[in-house]
Amino acid sequence: MTEITTEKARIGAPSAQPFIDGFTEEGESLSPINANGKAPLAGASAKSHSHGGGVGVPDSSRAGRLTSYKLADFKPLTGMEEDWRFTPLKRLRGLHSEVLSGAAPTVIVKGPEGVIVEGVGRDDQRIGTAGIPEDRVSANAWENFAQATVVTIPAEFEALTEITVDIEGTSLDAAAQHLVIVAEKFSKAVVILNHKGSAVVSENVEIIVEDGANLTVITLQEWNDDAVHASSQQAKIGRDAKLKHVMVSLGGDLVRVTPSARFTAPGGEAELFGLYFADAGQHLEQRLFVDHAVPNCKSNVLYKGALQGRNAHAVWVGDVLIRKEAEGTDTYEANRNLLLTDGARADSVPNLEIETGLIEGAGHASATGRMDDEHLFYLMARGIPEDVARRLVVRGFLNEIIQQIKVPSIEERLTEAVEHELALTDN
Amino acid sequence: MSTLEIKDLHVSIETEQGTKEILKGVSLTIRTGETHAIMGPNGSGKSTLASTIAGHPRYNVTSGSITLDGEDVLEMSVDERARAGVFLAMQYPVEVPGVSMTNFLRTAKTAIDGEAPKLRTWTKDVKAAMEQLRIDADFAQRNVNEGFSGGEKKRVEILQLELFKPKFAILDETDSGLDVDALKVVSEGVNRAHAEGNMGTLLITHYTRILRYIKPDFVHVFVDGQVVEEGGPELADRLEEEGYDRYAKGAGAATIAAPAAAQA
Repeated sequence: MTEITTEKARIGAPSAQPFIDGFTEEGESLSPINANGKAPLAGASAKSHSHGGGVGVPDSSRAGRLTSYKLADFKPLTGMEEDWRFTPLKRLRGLHSEVLSGAAPTVIVKGPEGVIVEGVGRDDQRIGTAGIPEDRVSANAWENFAQATVVTIPAEFEALTEITVDIEGTSLDAAAQHLVIVAEKFSKAVVILNHKGSAVVSENVEIIVEDGANLTVITLQEWNDDAVHASSQQAKIGRDAKLKHVMVSLGGDLVRVTPSARFTAPGGEAELFGLYFADAGQHLEQRLFVDHAVPNCKSNVLYKGALQGRNAHAVWVGDVLIRKEAEGTDTYEANRNLLLTDGARADSVPNLEIETGLIEGAGHASATGRMDDEHLFYLMARGIPEDVARRLVVRGFLNEIIQQIKVPSIEERLTEAVEHELALTDN
Repeated sequence: MSTLEIKDLHVSIETEQGTKEILKGVSLTIRTGETHAIMGPNGSGKSTLASTIAGHPRYNVTSGSITLDGEDVLEMSVDERARAGVFLAMQYPVEVPGVSMTNFLRTAKTAIDGEAPKLRTWTKDVKAAMEQLRIDADFAQRNVNEGFSGGEKKRVEILQLELFKPKFAILDETDSGLDVDALKVVSEGVNRAHAEGNMGTLLITHYTRILRYIKPDFVHVFVDGQVVEEGGPELADRLEEEGYDRYAKGAGAATIAAPAAAQA
């Protein structure tokens, strides 16, 4: 006990004060459950203004993020908010400020027989089961969507071929979109969301992975150059269920994907992969959240991006929260960026909040850099011309994510798309 | 018959303390069929010579020349040098994530030959070469050098040497970090490539150990960026007994004797 006391004193308090307020032996008390009047971050001292959620939770904690179905609960954006500080609001084309009354992109679902596809109204009871909007743009879509598409993989059904959801935009009027994917108990499926065409759209995707289900969701953003897309993809993961989420953003003027994975029962597993390739002027943003709220769940996050050209901008923010109850958690998150030319910018922010020390493991990593000259030298010293060598290195770098898709036709298409992006560098 | 000729080569690098000259006038001529060993203490510039011939951007040639059959090698880019027939087996081969050995070998062979190798014979050649170097078959599916041990990396360098069939092979301390068994396997590989009769070899080493398995025709002793002594294989034996101490600065007693054959 003496040792522990000493350790606590060492962490941050140089004074005679033996304990740091707000610290317990499991670490810092941030979640609402731990909130008590004594903590310096809790109570009245925390909340003089209201955009955070729980009482006694500081803005800096992901646990304190406001969630609401109501647009009015979110203040108009200024760009100063933590979760909008990297986003050029002017280029959102009204997704945050206007009524989203434009025609939503058309949705066509193809899949094996047995998978149920429905178009439903706002009052369908499945809507709102996987998540609550976490930001103003998502709430705006929630307020404005007219119809939702619900894709259900029935209990114990194993889809042998993938389910393809083509989402094609044809107009640049700001619009709202809503999708629900339900993988019922012990089902297994791969669902591909293909975003293409031109659109200005805020989209909510609810993903429900019931107990024992194994669901892969691949979301591809291959928009035309003028598209603006915000996509909140919230997953609820049941007991012993597994979600693999692969995000690929290549096209569009501004694309902001915010996947959240929430564990609701022990034994769940989430893998979140991402690949993005930002060209001149493009803003590709990804903010993810893994909420370890229950014991013995596992998560692994790896996002990789390549950037080229003036004002190519990529943002990656990875929030992982291990709540006090989430003992036995095993988590790792990493982001890697490759800057191929001058004038590109990558922001990378891994956030790991740990409220219990009784975990298997928790780690995070981030690296952003130029192409390694030694890689190039090695390949060129084997006779491979520089342009081919560069492509090999970038392709290799991104391949790690593409290999996760395991749908040959898509892997091939994405490899080609990456080649195409690389061909642009040579100009 | 090809000739790689290095004449009065001066090379410097940029360091935080400013420009530093590493090679201070090196001349060397290698012909097809010959094996030259370059020996010397650490920091004498042996590896700089190897990297400079291959064209590593870190090294600036301030004067002198390197020619391959009269063609100016210094004018060539790194990949052009490789395609002209220069192969550098690296001291520290780098890992290239996400690029499979199979893809890499085929891409390089295609670049060097100017056409894609015939798939059937190529696969067979790769397999046979890997077997001879005792490299596990599953290495073909792995990424270039990724997770390979030091010895495995060196074997893979020699695998490339055997497959790409260069005119001149430069082995940069290929023996360092190898145990005796691996050293034998690697040496056999070099000897096989040499025995085909179309290759000259520049063997850079700190130790005489590898010279028991690869017999040099000429030995050059490198000290402080210069060749301080040259001779036949017997010079290596002397070095084994006496070490490099007698070349230490100020000794001044080193005789510089150009080998007769190199004059011919």
